[in-house]
Amino acid sequence: MDVLLDGLVDAVRLLLTGDQDSWSITALTLRVSLTATAIALLLGLPLGATIALARFPGRRIALAAANTGMGMPPVVVGLFVTVLLWRSGPIGGLGLLYTPTAMVIAQAAIATPIVVALVAAALQQVDPDFRVQMQALGATPIRAFAALLGEARLPLLAAAMAAFGAVVSEVGAAQMVGGNLAGQTRVLTTAAVLATSRGQFSLAIAFGLILLLIAFCVNLSLTLIQQRQTALR
Amino acid sequence: MRRALTVVSAWIAAIVLAGCGTAATSGGAASQAPAEKSLILATTTSTQDSGLLDELLPAFTRDSGWQVKTLAVGSGQAIELGRRGEADALLVHSPAAELEFVAEGTTGSRRLVMHNDFVLLGPKDDPADIKGASATEAMKKIATAEAVFVSRGDESGTHAKEKGLWPKAGVTPGGSWYQSTGQGMGETLRVASEKAGYTLSDRATYLAQRGSLALDVLSEGDPGLLNVYHVIEMTKKAGQLVQPEGAKAFADWIVAAPAQQIIGEFGRAKFGQPLFTPDAGKDESTLGQ
Repeated sequence: MDVLLDGLVDAVRLLLTGDQDSWSITALTLRVSLTATAIALLLGLPLGATIALARFPGRRIALAAANTGMGMPPVVVGLFVTVLLWRSGPIGGLGLLYTPTAMVIAQAAIATPIVVALVAAALQQVDPDFRVQMQALGATPIRAFAALLGEARLPLLAAAMAAFGAVVSEVGAAQMVGGNLAGQTRVLTTAAVLATSRGQFSLAIAFGLILLLIAFCVNLSLTLIQQRQTALR
Repeated sequence: MRRALTVVSAWIAAIVLAGCGTAATSGGAASQAPAEKSLILATTTSTQDSGLLDELLPAFTRDSGWQVKTLAVGSGQAIELGRRGEADALLVHSPAAELEFVAEGTTGSRRLVMHNDFVLLGPKDDPADIKGASATEAMKKIATAEAVFVSRGDESGTHAKEKGLWPKAGVTPGGSWYQSTGQGMGETLRVASEKAGYTLSDRATYLAQRGSLALDVLSEGDPGLLNVYHVIEMTKKAGQLVQPEGAKAFADWIVAAPAQQIIGEFGRAKFGQPLFTPDAGKDESTLGQ
């Protein structure tokens, strides 16, 4: 139990004393996971909306695929991305493996199915009459779509939070495509694993607590946006 | 309504912009990388978990200008990465597998760097009574007593050494007493400690973590327990993108006097004894004598 207390003390000390390594690890974690989440939203919103609203052959299969993708193990995604980025792989010449860019690619691949599935679910639960009404009121398709997004903003923000939560906490893909290189691709999860294998348990706990703290801050700001808009309505 | 959308889209735009910014900077870093010279070193978990690389690599980067991307994996995986041309240099400790690999003809030179030794660890009460026994005798006793033995099981150099010891002890390990973690040395030590089992470890990783383990050294000093590290340079024969000049820079540096001195001093301050013995230029058959 001492380890937990020491971990808490370590976490506070690392944050307050401005420990250079811890700050750069934390900054990289945020940078990689937020970028991956943003990419996942950019890809997932239109895809999820298409699946929810359009009628095309194979739509249910696409939805089932997205739902399956939500449970995809990060280490499997990491393995796929690693093989693609290997020097001997199809785009190995770019030299992306073991860089933050590779981590963004892998994490975006993990987060996109989550966004697609949750966006599809969110838009499908909006009353079908809503779109008919918007069209009757003479709204352009784009205006109608924007209004639809507004109507479903609570679950849409929840999708963003789920995607961020999934990537910021995963370790398998970050370790595999990033390589946990000190000062280059070490993020909070891989740093915690390394500290554990070195027997530095309180340091590992400290990294875990910092991870929880930044995840909380990101989710708090999203929740504030989400709930304030509800109040304004 | 509209304000809701504005706030949300502003937020999304902010992260996207932040993303573009970072993408741009990381793109910049990537395009500078060839100028910065960066090589990939595949090595064993023991060199990372003991902390040796943290001392060696910054000095190498300062002396040579080469940045090093370290992949700390088992020796088996390190050799496989070399074979596929995914690494430029290897620092490994699995001599039999290394010789087979070198015979394939895709490597450059293979040079002796350092050694330490393996130790047989176990709980203080020593249920199989192996204290002071030779390595093979101890392994035989553990098997006979069916005392818990925790194996790396990950094709690492340590695992290879362990697999070589069982036949010498006349034992085929198996059954519920023989447990395989498939993880690195640090985790495996932890499992052995928690299960009050026996395990084989390199001395450096054990000493670095001794404080948090309920494990004692029970058998040591057997010539069969030497743990010898070699550096292997890869060549273009393994893959088009291999950087033989980076491999050579690293290999030449680690066998030269300044690096050998760092190796010889490493751990003396913290553990009262060095964790590795520098051996560059020595004849391998004279080690441990």
